[in-house]
Amino acid sequence: MLNLSINGERHALDLDPQTPLLWAIRDHVGLTGTKYSCGIAQCGSCTVYLDGAPVRACITPVSDAVGKQVTTIEGLSSPAGQAVQAAWRELEVVQCGYCQSGQIMSAASLLQRNRKPTDADIDQAMQGNLCRCATYARIRQAIKVAADKLNGVQS
Amino acid sequence: MKTDQIVNLSRRRFVAGSAVSLAGLTLGIIPTVAAEQREAGPGIAGQAPETAGDFSPNAFLRIDGDGIVTVISKHLEMGQGTYTGMATLVAEELDADWEKVRVEGAPADAGRYNNLFWGKAQGTGGSTAIANSWKQMRKAGAAARQMLVQAAAKQWQVEAAEIKVKSGVISHPPSGRQAGFGELAELAAKQSVPESVMLKDPKSFSLIGQRVPRKDSPEKINGQAIFTQDVKLPGMLTAVVLHPPRLGATLSKIDAKGVLAVKGVREVIQIPSGVAVVADDFWQAKLGRDALSVSWDESKAFRKSSAQILEDYRQLAEKPGLTARTEGDGATALASADDAIEAEYSVPFLSHSAMEPMNCVVRIDEAGCEVWNGEQMQTSDQHQIAALLGLEPQQVHINMLYAGGSFGRRANPAADYLLETVHIAKALKPGTPLKMVWTREDDTHAGYYRPLYLHRMRAALNDQGEPHVWDQRIVGQSILKGTPFESVMVKDGVDMTSVEGAANLPYEIKHIQVDLHSPELPVPVLWWRAVGSTHTAFAVECFIDELAVKAGQDPLAYRRKLLRNHPRHLGVLNLAAEKAGWGEPMGRNRGQGIAVHESFNSYVAQVVEVSVRRNVISVDRVVIAVDCGVAVNPDVVVAQMEGGMGFGLSATLLSELTFREGRVEQSNFTDYRILRIDQMPEVEVHIVASAEAPTGVGEPATPVIAPAVANAVFAATGQRLRQLPLRLG
Repeated sequence: MLNLSINGERHALDLDPQTPLLWAIRDHVGLTGTKYSCGIAQCGSCTVYLDGAPVRACITPVSDAVGKQVTTIEGLSSPAGQAVQAAWRELEVVQCGYCQSGQIMSAASLLQRNRKPTDADIDQAMQGNLCRCATYARIRQAIKVAADKLNGVQS
Repeated sequence: MKTDQIVNLSRRRFVAGSAVSLAGLTLGIIPTVAAEQREAGPGIAGQAPETAGDFSPNAFLRIDGDGIVTVISKHLEMGQGTYTGMATLVAEELDADWEKVRVEGAPADAGRYNNLFWGKAQGTGGSTAIANSWKQMRKAGAAARQMLVQAAAKQWQVEAAEIKVKSGVISHPPSGRQAGFGELAELAAKQSVPESVMLKDPKSFSLIGQRVPRKDSPEKINGQAIFTQDVKLPGMLTAVVLHPPRLGATLSKIDAKGVLAVKGVREVIQIPSGVAVVADDFWQAKLGRDALSVSWDESKAFRKSSAQILEDYRQLAEKPGLTARTEGDGATALASADDAIEAEYSVPFLSHSAMEPMNCVVRIDEAGCEVWNGEQMQTSDQHQIAALLGLEPQQVHINMLYAGGSFGRRANPAADYLLETVHIAKALKPGTPLKMVWTREDDTHAGYYRPLYLHRMRAALNDQGEPHVWDQRIVGQSILKGTPFESVMVKDGVDMTSVEGAANLPYEIKHIQVDLHSPELPVPVLWWRAVGSTHTAFAVECFIDELAVKAGQDPLAYRRKLLRNHPRHLGVLNLAAEKAGWGEPMGRNRGQGIAVHESFNSYVAQVVEVSVRRNVISVDRVVIAVDCGVAVNPDVVVAQMEGGMGFGLSATLLSELTFREGRVEQSNFTDYRILRIDQMPEVEVHIVASAEAPTGVGEPATPVIAPAVANAVFAATGQRLRQLPLRLG
């Protein structure tokens, strides 16, 4: 039995320890905001946090999450996360939406580390997150709007 | 002008003996073409049934006692903003409070939810959603508004003419009375259905033309939106399928011993498209598939390579094909030209590669078949599934969920991944819900690609440097041959989707010849965002640039002259050029390029700036002008221009699906590359103000970027690239 803490809730899962965290979260815990798209850490759709640090859940064995706090899009509540989600709505970043949980998790993590990211910082932090709808121009802009919100700048 | 007929659906359904008892009134605005169609299916598959006090004035909306307006979208939301668009059209004429408007996907029922541009078929595609619904949804809203007003007049004993409706509030200023929609819903349901309705004067629009917030954003931002991948039903099993390594290979031997030993694996099922491993969850099914030992008979398998296909096409282009357009006498004029210009353009196969790989959920029992899918072609899929199961089409209930992108992939006349799921589900115990999931690799390998195409272009210029002959020979597989669309869209052997964007060349040229070869290959092909224009615009807009260069003229001025009788082309061309600062010096290793193209009745021009360093092309800036008639939601239009261009930029710079001896060489985003954020240019979008009826925006930005970039690369380097993806050196 593997004991996980996901978004502050405890879950005991009877799984092979090598099962990717992604499928533990989706199929066994029932949180489906974290998406499957590539399975090899090439697209970022499955981004979650382990003790606050972003990981690609599709290649992270569920056993790596034991003893750590797992945060998924459903549990994102940090000031950076809220600022990103608000900016995402304000700028209407979303199109099909499938990759957006991952985009938001990566963006919030960037702002956690760097409150004033430049375009180059954004490109570097976000280039692991693919968006086939190519919402990238708005993602870039929304991260800056979110940064302003966090820094108390009136937009 | 013929007015649409307004029909009381609840009565017809009741007469037909429906078991569903409806408290409210259900009327539908039925286009004449479909008026005789059957009434079928539950109102809203899988959704909460109507309750007493609800007001469902027609098939497209429902108002409940709390005043919540639910708009039923007949079109799929796959990112293009359709749910918001449908709701905007209804809410505008209803004068609803936007905050209280919700959207639900319609069930499969062509009688009520057909695409008015597709005859009796229901479906989403060809950038038609807003265009075909423009009046239909507004009339639905207007009819409901009129019934609410009648109800208020009755309740308050006042003149209907004195009643006002604004933002979800019905009021009677002389008496000071007012009420919300919810308070009057029940009474409104009892009013007579208006025989015809007046639509608003566009001057009084309050939602159309405004940047109203998207309805799908909130749940896509907090992870709550449900895609097919997220469907979970009690007792549901998951299947992963092993497909043959080459097209045409057949199963010769299967050893499933190791598979059944994998924890959670329930069944191994042989189906026409391969071998399915069914398990309790995805990961177990995938481990089961990994353990499968299978040998294939590849004696009749496809063994060609992309390079060889291209060479075959090149040979074919030497001979005339079927004529798609003839003006004057191109052959004679070319033969007598001293100085003909010739060029060959080509594009590879492409995979749609939506972020949500193809998947489907199916449950089959005695009553029929229920499907959960990012559903793009309801009527065609219903028929395909019904034929496979020996059911009537209306026994196939389809729940339309959000699609995590599609770009055409979920609109397959062959219904490939749906039928694959049905084949597996029908081998299971009746009533077992089954989710079929493709891995990214499966999605890349499974076919239905944008076809590989070759264009041989020839032209000759007159004394003024203008082309007087244009000869375009197109070679590539037909998408529609062998599908139900063939009878409508293949004319005299010419597949309209192969030549769109070429046969309707807008440039003023005396002799025009466009012909087509449609060679057959076993590679399954399909429309891919913007369809034929994805290759025709590349060939046409690059070649016209070559002619301008040959004539020693500015590419913008050259196009302007040849488009003198095409005001909407000129409108976007001039707007993009002006906003971009066309002709400004770009500096070393930098260049500007321009292209203009009409597709799906919308006009798009793009001006791009590129930098080239060490043979690497960077697209720095793209200025887009679009004329799509009335922009129902300008921000959604801008988003589609940005995203459509970005989608095309992947194919311009990165994506290529190739065959090597019959095997697809790519498998995941490592080798089938798509655009990442650091490659996304700065984008600026300008919308031409227009009072014309709205036309599509989902696709028209996509085909314009490749020629604009190729033309800019030429300006920067002097190298003319004629093959996608563009590669220097």
